[in-house]
Amino acid sequence: MNFEFSEEQIMIKDSVSRFVREQYDFDARRGIIESDDGISREFWSMFAELGWLSVPFSEEYGGFGGNVVDIAAVMEEMGKGIVVEPFASTVVVFGGLLSAASNSDLKSQIIPSIIEGNCLGSFAHMEPQSRYEMSDVSTTATASAGGYTLSGVKTVVTNGGTANKFIVSARTSGEQFDRNGVSLFMVDTAAPGVEVKAYKMMDGQSAATLMLTDVAVNQSDLLNTAGEGMDLIDQVMPQILIGLSAEALGIMATLNTLTVEYSKTRQQFGAPIGSFQVLQHRMVDTFMGCEQTKSMLYRALCESKSVVEGETDAVALAKTVHALKATVARYGKIIGEEAIQLHGGIGMTDELNIGHYVKRLMMINTSYGDGDFHQKAFNQLSYSG
Amino acid sequence: MDIKFSAEDIAFRDEVRGFFVAEYEGDASTRLSDNSATDYKSAIVGWQKKLHAKGWIAPGWPKEYGGTGWSSTQKFIYETERGLAGIPDVVPFGLKMVAPVIYTFGTEEQKARFLPRILNSEDWWCQGYSEPGAGSDLAALSTSADYAGDNYIVNGRKIWTTFAQYADWIFCLVRTSKGIRRQEGISFLLIDMNTPGITIKPIVTIDGKHSLNEVLFEDVAVPIENLIGEQDKGWTYAKALLAHERTGMAEVADSKRMLEGLKQRATTEINGGKPMIEDPVFQMRMSDIEMELMALEYTELRVFASMADGGMPGPESSLLKIKGTEISQAIHELQLQLAANYGGALPGDLSSDELGHDFAAEARGKYMYGRAATIYGGSNEVQRNVIAKAVLGL
Repeated sequence: MNFEFSEEQIMIKDSVSRFVREQYDFDARRGIIESDDGISREFWSMFAELGWLSVPFSEEYGGFGGNVVDIAAVMEEMGKGIVVEPFASTVVVFGGLLSAASNSDLKSQIIPSIIEGNCLGSFAHMEPQSRYEMSDVSTTATASAGGYTLSGVKTVVTNGGTANKFIVSARTSGEQFDRNGVSLFMVDTAAPGVEVKAYKMMDGQSAATLMLTDVAVNQSDLLNTAGEGMDLIDQVMPQILIGLSAEALGIMATLNTLTVEYSKTRQQFGAPIGSFQVLQHRMVDTFMGCEQTKSMLYRALCESKSVVEGETDAVALAKTVHALKATVARYGKIIGEEAIQLHGGIGMTDELNIGHYVKRLMMINTSYGDGDFHQKAFNQLSYSG
Repeated sequence: MDIKFSAEDIAFRDEVRGFFVAEYEGDASTRLSDNSATDYKSAIVGWQKKLHAKGWIAPGWPKEYGGTGWSSTQKFIYETERGLAGIPDVVPFGLKMVAPVIYTFGTEEQKARFLPRILNSEDWWCQGYSEPGAGSDLAALSTSADYAGDNYIVNGRKIWTTFAQYADWIFCLVRTSKGIRRQEGISFLLIDMNTPGITIKPIVTIDGKHSLNEVLFEDVAVPIENLIGEQDKGWTYAKALLAHERTGMAEVADSKRMLEGLKQRATTEINGGKPMIEDPVFQMRMSDIEMELMALEYTELRVFASMADGGMPGPESSLLKIKGTEISQAIHELQLQLAANYGGALPGDLSSDELGHDFAAEARGKYMYGRAATIYGGSNEVQRNVIAKAVLGL
């Protein structure tokens, strides 16, 4: 039994942490968000040189061969700096789906370009009607000579404005809510019929609506067997949710630290406000919320490793991951709101970092299912049948 | 990052499980389900003697005094198996509270005199800390012990004394001098409950039962050899004991078992023709608790792991008492909610068939008495003060 990171994991964690401390302060981040691109290509190339973009990929494709614990280690540190460069979108989500795919030509073609920093990827899945339901897909993929034609609309596509490759989900068979019949295609941003309407999210990240009009794709652009895309999504979802939760944990810990420090210096009624018991108890509650979230993350990491090694059941892991995302939602909300409240007026300002951490936490909450969605899924697994 | 147990740990777990199955049979389990039953003392002492015979009565003690010499992982496994088997913990006042003070700060004579009788459950101990005017603010205590030749003469009142009615001995914090700081001038005394001048007054709690008492001391003569360590230094010894006590208070395994029981009952309680476990609102209430408990289980594991190499528990340990008691209370609440309008019944001699319900009385009692969990052992508000100061530096 141990909850330590390995030496390699500590090295990469330290390297991300040093970057955030030394090169990614709040003003630097603001400059990046306000730039035309919205991300720093320079930093992205640096991430590639430092090997961060190779973390979860297999050695076969030039990767580091890491696992979900390595991803969590990187994501937690990125959270502490609310790094806007699309690591989660490109490496964890897009890269995760690609890694799990069976199409090895596609993998050997694209994974090395992710690792080199040349491919920015995005998963275009959500639709105007779908909310959080992953199998609600109405974008169509109609069979044509040698391939398919894609038509439909994808919304709130994370990193949509900067990505040059999309993994697009579309229906090759079945009805709107059917699990079977959803297929995943690799689509180039520049492909004819792809229109990207980019905009910004409140956490500084880019997003887009993707209009697909008779986009021609080949059989070889399918990530795995046609109609079995949901299997791939289900397989990768724990890693996605764990990665985002680790990022959230980094944010929550940072918000708590900043708030406690502020309460020691802010004077009112002739004393630091941190000396008031009513505020102390609230900061203890947010401290406990953060520790509980960390414990849930560690639980998910331990169980993921066991599942990969064939030792525990996937249902237990699924329950834990739902519980993790719901816990992140619950305590993330409390910690974010308390951070603003305890900072008082200054916490309301755009000039202070607090609000920006809170906004990223809020966006993590609504990524791939909010707290209520995951708690209901947890209930389904725990109390039915 | 893993929680794999070694082959030895798994063998140990199987041994513990096997022992509990074989030895904690129906009789003891029935007799121990209610700690206010008339034969509770003989039942729990009987079970503790079995544990002593096996050598497992005091996992927390150093080996030289009768401890098991287990690793922290083994201690964790033992606690988990105990909770999952539904076996109550040992009565803590002797084994977990006064014994560590005696073997850490006591004289050789005191160790030889008291420790063996604690190990074999010969002596029943109770705790004399709280007073009518000293609850969370324990240092305000005023029970006095005046030095008079070979004895201290003790006068005062102790309150909330659990199981004083069964006790042979009481360990007390008493005021021996008025120091500059209130914490100075407090001494740690061991007092024979049969000494003339001691009166026990029962206190009936809101569950309608009697486990608490008031203990009155009127010119009680206590031999000076019953003083632990130095006079006026008792506060230091008591504080050391509190740190010892804290890690055992999460009771994660006990709560897991209770939660399983709750789910079971939710399948048989029907509303509108459907079992309560299918009610979406009730499901949300259950999962609020279950998810918190899943996290607390790992918080506890993290604490055990941090102590595995003899290290001190980290900041995560400080929340165990708060979260553990909040969770157990939340489970009690849902049990009572499940019992619906039977929850207030005092059925007396009625059978469950005659009443129309089979766990309402238990649920009511557990809920009512369970309110104490966030008050005793340092109220949860005091625990928050401790975390604010010691962990957050406020």
